Amino acid sequence: MRDTVRKVEISFCVNGETKTVRAYPMARLLDVLREELGLTGTKEGCGEGECGACSVLLDHKLVNSCLVPVLQAQESEIKTIEGIAKGEQLHAVQEAFISCGGAQCGICTPGMVLAAISLLERIPQPNQADIRHGLAGNLCRCTGYTKIFEAVVQACRTIGLQA
Amino acid sequence: MRPRVSAYQLHAPDTLQAALALLEQERGTLQPLAGGTDLMVLWESGKLTHKKFLSIWKLPELKGIAVTPEHITLGALTTYTDVLEHPLLKSEFPLLCQAARETGGVATQNRGTLGGNIVNASPAADSPPALLVYDAKLELVSARGTRWVAYHGFHTGYKEMGLSKDELIRSIRLPRTDDRWRQGYRKVGTRKAQAISKVCFAGRAIVDGRRIQDIRIAFGSVAPIVLRCVETENALRSEPLGSSAMVAAKRTLAREITPIDDIRSTAAYRLKVAQNLLEEFLLTLQ
Repeated sequence: MRDTVRKVEISFCVNGETKTVRAYPMARLLDVLREELGLTGTKEGCGEGECGACSVLLDHKLVNSCLVPVLQAQESEIKTIEGIAKGEQLHAVQEAFISCGGAQCGICTPGMVLAAISLLERIPQPNQADIRHGLAGNLCRCTGYTKIFEAVVQACRTIGLQA
Repeated sequence: MRPRVSAYQLHAPDTLQAALALLEQERGTLQPLAGGTDLMVLWESGKLTHKKFLSIWKLPELKGIAVTPEHITLGALTTYTDVLEHPLLKSEFPLLCQAARETGGVATQNRGTLGGNIVNASPAADSPPALLVYDAKLELVSARGTRWVAYHGFHTGYKEMGLSKDELIRSIRLPRTDDRWRQGYRKVGTRKAQAISKVCFAGRAIVDGRRIQDIRIAFGSVAPIVLRCVETENALRSEPLGSSAMVAAKRTLAREITPIDDIRSTAAYRLKVAQNLLEEFLLTLQ
């Protein structure tokens, strides 16, 4: 069968920079980020919205980029893990993941960091239940989660001191 | 098998009118796609036969929550996050908020929509039990016009519903409720979050003295559709609260639901848990 679908031009803002790509409209945002834009910090875990490894912020909201057809990201603002540190200076959440041992193999970490940042933007002083709910869509097979929860608590302490 | 992305078209018109015109023109071949939390999963696993999709995600006509003294009207694209952020839903429609909080994780709640949850028509969906007990009505639109239908009766069989190929759900309307109604919702799954239910319960009732004046009961994951349990309601309506009403209601419920064995649970477990959830709710009314 010959394909009749054509690539279309799609523009969005990724980590503060305007980008235009040519892609098939049903291409997954995940694949466009990784393969067209070289932003391989976003990982593919399950590819079915269960694990959160591909989490990015789309118009300031946490989404699974494996479930977003790229055409739906037209004119959107996207933030990936590559846009979180300011140059060499890591975000407080990233620092806390390092110091608490919240990152081991690293596959879930970019999504986990974005989920934690998204949580702290909505709830700056989360309790344990808020943290568990905020990270419930992100699976980690290494840490057992406790160190990740500790990292979120430490990050909000650091952010509180910086404010 | 993973679909070849170059073989699939996705249209994204700017207006509802343009979307409905496309649906009419392409009758049956065009699959509407909202937040993609269900459809993208099916598509990526090669389980969808459609080659053409219609993105309705950005249609402004399907968004927004409007409140009047009589109703609250939720655009079909209302996400679970929108539900959780709405103060009136929180105070008057707690069952819908609880369903929203227990649907997937945050990323799913940001993209999953109430309209999508209805038309995906999973018998295990979390918001439909709440919508059923709140007496929801659906506004259906097509190029031919608009019609309103009761949500109760909309699902006619497994993944079957009273929606034409050229129609979309535009909004979901709930009559305002009041504090005479006592409400309960409980989802039982493998884990507390990001799990599909084994059994899901929603109920509300008005108790006058010691008698049940009015009641609504619905269950997910116990039948081919999310089921409003009218016979069980009838067994309880006007009855005095107490053990004989409880026994009769649980017996009626056992006849009314048709749970099955599947990958998530067994028929026997589901029946037992459904009866327990009903009992738990009735005990809160005493």
